[in-house]
Amino acid sequence: MQFTFLLEQVVNGLVLGGYYLLIALGLSLIFSVGGVVNLAHGAFYALGAYISIEIRKYLGFGPAIVLSPLAVAMLGILFERFLLRRFYAADPILSLLVTFGLAMIAEQLIRIVWGASPLSVNMPAVLKGSVIFGDFLFSRYRLLLLAVVVGVLVSIWLLLHKASFGRVIRAGIQKPDMVAALGIRLQPYMTAIVMLGVGMAALGGALFAPITIVHPAMGAEVITVAFVVVVIGGLGSFWGVVISALLVGVVRGITINFVPAAGEASMYVLMFMVLLFRPRGLLGERIEKFET
Amino acid sequence: MTSFNRRTVLKTSAAFAGASAIGFPAIVHAQAEKIKIGHLTPLTGFLGALGAYAQLGIRMAQEEINAAGGVMGRQLDIMSEDSVNPATAATKAQRMLDRDGAAFLMGEINSASALTIMQVAARNKRFYLQIGARSDALRGKDCNRYTFHVDIPSHVMVYAVGEALVRDNMMKGKKFYTLTADYIFGHDLAAAAKTFFDANGGTVVGDELVATDVTEFSPYLLKIRQAKPDVVCSNLAGNQVTNLIKQYAEFGLPYPIVGFNLNTADAWAAGEGNLSGTWPTVWYHTLDVPSSKTFVANFIKKYGKPPENHAWIEYISLKMMAQAMTETKSTDTEKLIAYFESEAQFDILKARKGYFRKWDHQLMQEAYPFTVKLKGKAKDQWDQLELGGAVPAANESLEVLSVKKEQNTCVM
Repeated sequence: MQFTFLLEQVVNGLVLGGYYLLIALGLSLIFSVGGVVNLAHGAFYALGAYISIEIRKYLGFGPAIVLSPLAVAMLGILFERFLLRRFYAADPILSLLVTFGLAMIAEQLIRIVWGASPLSVNMPAVLKGSVIFGDFLFSRYRLLLLAVVVGVLVSIWLLLHKASFGRVIRAGIQKPDMVAALGIRLQPYMTAIVMLGVGMAALGGALFAPITIVHPAMGAEVITVAFVVVVIGGLGSFWGVVISALLVGVVRGITINFVPAAGEASMYVLMFMVLLFRPRGLLGERIEKFET
Repeated sequence: MTSFNRRTVLKTSAAFAGASAIGFPAIVHAQAEKIKIGHLTPLTGFLGALGAYAQLGIRMAQEEINAAGGVMGRQLDIMSEDSVNPATAATKAQRMLDRDGAAFLMGEINSASALTIMQVAARNKRFYLQIGARSDALRGKDCNRYTFHVDIPSHVMVYAVGEALVRDNMMKGKKFYTLTADYIFGHDLAAAAKTFFDANGGTVVGDELVATDVTEFSPYLLKIRQAKPDVVCSNLAGNQVTNLIKQYAEFGLPYPIVGFNLNTADAWAAGEGNLSGTWPTVWYHTLDVPSSKTFVANFIKKYGKPPENHAWIEYISLKMMAQAMTETKSTDTEKLIAYFESEAQFDILKARKGYFRKWDHQLMQEAYPFTVKLKGKAKDQWDQLELGGAVPAANESLEVLSVKKEQNTCVM
């Protein structure tokens, strides 16, 4: 029986890991290609949640989940074009500071526009409740969430590994100078990556809004987890981030099963262990431009 | 967790640096005879939503008092800041007394921060009206003679709900699974709940500590399902409660859920149709008392939404301070202590007036158990709770639910 309980926590942790993945993958992509640690990533997650609430008032749940990430991706264009672009070649501390500042401005703007009190939205009634497969209990809503994550993941993988777009991106991660020498401008690709990254974060926010509460500091809450996932997974590795996100979800679930009070600390212990034995992260690639 | 906290601290301190550059000169240049009051409440973190209401409440009381000519002809000047965490709260409290010229201190919701502010008050021998923190320890073993407590303590909330459960046959022989906030307040609440269960025939089959920054409860919900309890019981606080309620409804577990702590803002944030069970509250905006209704109407006119219980409690707290200063014609700590210890009566917008007990400095007042209104019964999104009758009942002493002097652990 104990084994079944544990297995249930593992499966549940995988579902949760999928949600972490939505936020962490974009963060990892932006860092890998642009060399910018986007501390404002959480702000786009929060915006995704808030905008989805606004859209939902007029168009309902489905359109909100689709349109909110698109709207945030458009903001991503402005973010990349007018801010991030100036910092690719600069000292990393500068981009760290500017995105950190942006995160604070965004949080305060949200407070001004939507108020400090948390907002709450319900999930559609049909998605409420749980289904039981064998011995396992699943929330219906989270099964939908999982399906969306898998869909997004497959699309991103195909885009990065099967399309010419992805070839340029992957080459750009490793040898930006060579890509430039071949006459390819990386900048439009970088814009696309930022759109994709912040759009995924916004999708995470829009999908998670009915599960938790939507409040101005929600971005700050999630970005720590996203960083841990990226660090454990290793930079520049698609599968590293995937494995790491799932691992963080599962480790948290198992820890809560045995030592509930240590649940939130477990991911940091995991990060510590991974960094101790593999400083580059689980599947981290060696990226020349970051090694000086 | 450490990195998250550090970052939050960084962010808020940076925000305050910015805010002080813009906002504080006005205070510096203001007239010298204003009565300055140091006010701390959490504006970020898991209790931030409650702190936002706290500020609205105390600001409203301040404006009313100042518009009516102030206290002893002097205007009140509330210096209100985010308490952030226990260490920062203590630093800010000390600074407010030393540098900002605060006559005394007010505020707080987080029991751990309230404790450190109480220590600052005692060290500096200055008055502190502890408004919104509910941990028993603050008025028990950690009490001090400079601090008075307004909100209902944990054990009163447990009694208010516990007796309703006993009445509804949900106590004797029932198995409880409790989730407890992992800080001083949650620990206190869980201890009080355990005492009540033991005395009334309930058993605890599982008790899990939940870190205050947890927003995702699915692993806990699975554990509850495995334990198959009769009743699930929340000893959580702030955003934790809201998230638990929402996710409990999401997973649709069959066991009834009750709780010993809930603030109105958390209930509102849970969204319609998610909350169920029996919970305690110290005040609710539908309370059928004329003075309370006037306050609610004025608040809605000013802010466009009804007051939450932390808005109410901050409002009456400043009014109590104004009464105390007017009566003693002083802001002196010793005179204020003497006034509050005289068990003077205060209008707290409830059917019965309240007073502070001399020996534990706790405000004696009515509390209310509530259940959730049936679907379709609510007049608007704010009207979710069905208030039960006041406890203690009108014919009982206000002290019947509170710890008795002989069980008391408070030594001033």
